[in-house]
Amino acid sequence: MFFQQIVNGIVVGSVYALTAMGATLVYGIMRILDISNAGAYALGAYISFFFLLQTGNPLVAVVMGVALTAVFGFIVQKFLYAPLMDKSPNVALIAGIGLFIFLQDFLRLVGGPQARELNFGAMLPSVRLPGLGLTLYGTWFLILGATAVLLLVLWYLLNRSTVGLAWRATAQDLETAKAMGINTNRVVAFNFILGYGFAAVAGILVGILYNSIYPMMGDVPAYKMLAVIVLGGLGNPLGTVLAALVIGMAETLIGGYVGFFLPRDAIAFVVLILILLWRPQGLLGRRRVS
Amino acid sequence: MYEQVVAINVGLAMLLAMSLNIITGFAGQPTLGHAAFYGIGAYTSALLTAKAGWPFFLALPAAGAMAALVGVLLGLFSVRVREDFLAVTTIGINFVVVAIFQYVQLFGASLGLAVPKPEFLGVRFGNTEILGLLILLNALVYLFMRHLPNSWLGLALGGVRNDEEAAASLGYNADHYKVFAFTIGTFIAGMTGSVYAHFMGFISSTDFAFPVSIGVLSMAVLGGLGSVTGPLIGALILTLAPEVFRFVSDYRMLVYGGLLVLMMRFQPQGLVGDDSYLQRLWTKIRGRREEGKANAG
Repeated sequence: MFFQQIVNGIVVGSVYALTAMGATLVYGIMRILDISNAGAYALGAYISFFFLLQTGNPLVAVVMGVALTAVFGFIVQKFLYAPLMDKSPNVALIAGIGLFIFLQDFLRLVGGPQARELNFGAMLPSVRLPGLGLTLYGTWFLILGATAVLLLVLWYLLNRSTVGLAWRATAQDLETAKAMGINTNRVVAFNFILGYGFAAVAGILVGILYNSIYPMMGDVPAYKMLAVIVLGGLGNPLGTVLAALVIGMAETLIGGYVGFFLPRDAIAFVVLILILLWRPQGLLGRRRVS
Repeated sequence: MYEQVVAINVGLAMLLAMSLNIITGFAGQPTLGHAAFYGIGAYTSALLTAKAGWPFFLALPAAGAMAALVGVLLGLFSVRVREDFLAVTTIGINFVVVAIFQYVQLFGASLGLAVPKPEFLGVRFGNTEILGLLILLNALVYLFMRHLPNSWLGLALGGVRNDEEAAASLGYNADHYKVFAFTIGTFIAGMTGSVYAHFMGFISSTDFAFPVSIGVLSMAVLGGLGSVTGPLIGALILTLAPEVFRFVSDYRMLVYGGLLVLMMRFQPQGLVGDDSYLQRLWTKIRGRREEGKANAG
């Protein structure tokens, strides 16, 4: 039972890490809390579902879901966020909320209000380990594997490639990076393509894990993702992974053992508020010098 | 009567939008969980009148005080963390508060709470009396808002919003003013919650969920954060829109979301904020009229 809870917590934490990574990347460069990223999460799952219906090929479905959502990210960046960069951060925040509401309702009108099955999970086998009292589901391997691979690729991109160097320079100081000859517009565009692509992957994987997608599926991620990135210190990819695991574990263990009186989804925020009281800059955030 | 109910909803929305405007518009602190304070006021008032037998007119300020108590705590928290952290924390407070209402027996859990109709000097409050009370409260808050920008407090708040360090160098303790703005804003939201509870006669946790907070924020933003009349206009438009556009009710959220995006993209200062299209038009018309007068005289 205990091992089952631990593995459960790691799977939930991985899902949160993937879900929050898109918004972390966007925040890292743009310094805006991009709530519409949770809309991209649902959009990616729906596009993938559409292509699965049309072609019956899971690979095509996943690739199209991620690619088209990434294109959507580029468009959002170009026509919505880029012109708002010099305004107060509240403006971009509210624009993102508006876009999120719009996307959700758009998916409801196009795809119908009911939940749909995103059924590739049945193709994956489950493994039983009765000695440890543990059942490992095939979808878990998919999620843990995909998370590990994607995070490694991201780490490589950000830390070992020229694109990553430009990304980190722009994240540190956009103006100076521009003065040093970095094409920051391209970095920002790349950042959104990557961020929305990540959101789509997360949406598709969660759709497979629970074998269901629905128009409001971005609701819970929309705010939990914010809790995760804030806890991680905002815009720090490593912090996001750590915070996602902390929240995933806390939810599973507190929910499973202590029997907290509040529902699962409120635990994330209780953890967030408590940790922020102790470390106002987040788990891995640097203290701001004023 | 249908018109009365709509008018009451407008009155409640106006109070909420104005109270949010004090925190976000005047002091520049993002709040995405305003409905939590609205809910705290509503539940406080409901419990005090239904279970403790308090009269409504004592429960009303008590509801405001209870919300303000939590508001002070949030204000004290807000001075410790960055703006973006605060925005997310306020969302968190909204979720935690709704979860408490929904799961704790004292608050009726998922069944909600029944709230008695208020009575004053032997008059039982119907919708007409509630509407009267709302008009009175709106007038008081409006007058307060009208005078705030020109008072020492309003100037200090504006200074904190525009440049915290400059305000601090002039001897204004930014932290005090932020906490003050949270206290007043949440107090008004709490009182509004009390009126809502006694108007509805029944409350449940979903009445104060996160989408309500977004709705209130949208009203203030649509009209113009930081302007005195803006939030009133925003509240009026967004409360009446669903009534007027019933025929497109299926597309309501689509229109709502699209409207927020377009407003932020092309008119982020709100409909009547500084240098908005409407304000420029108004100055132009007034300028012409004055010119006309001068020519005639």
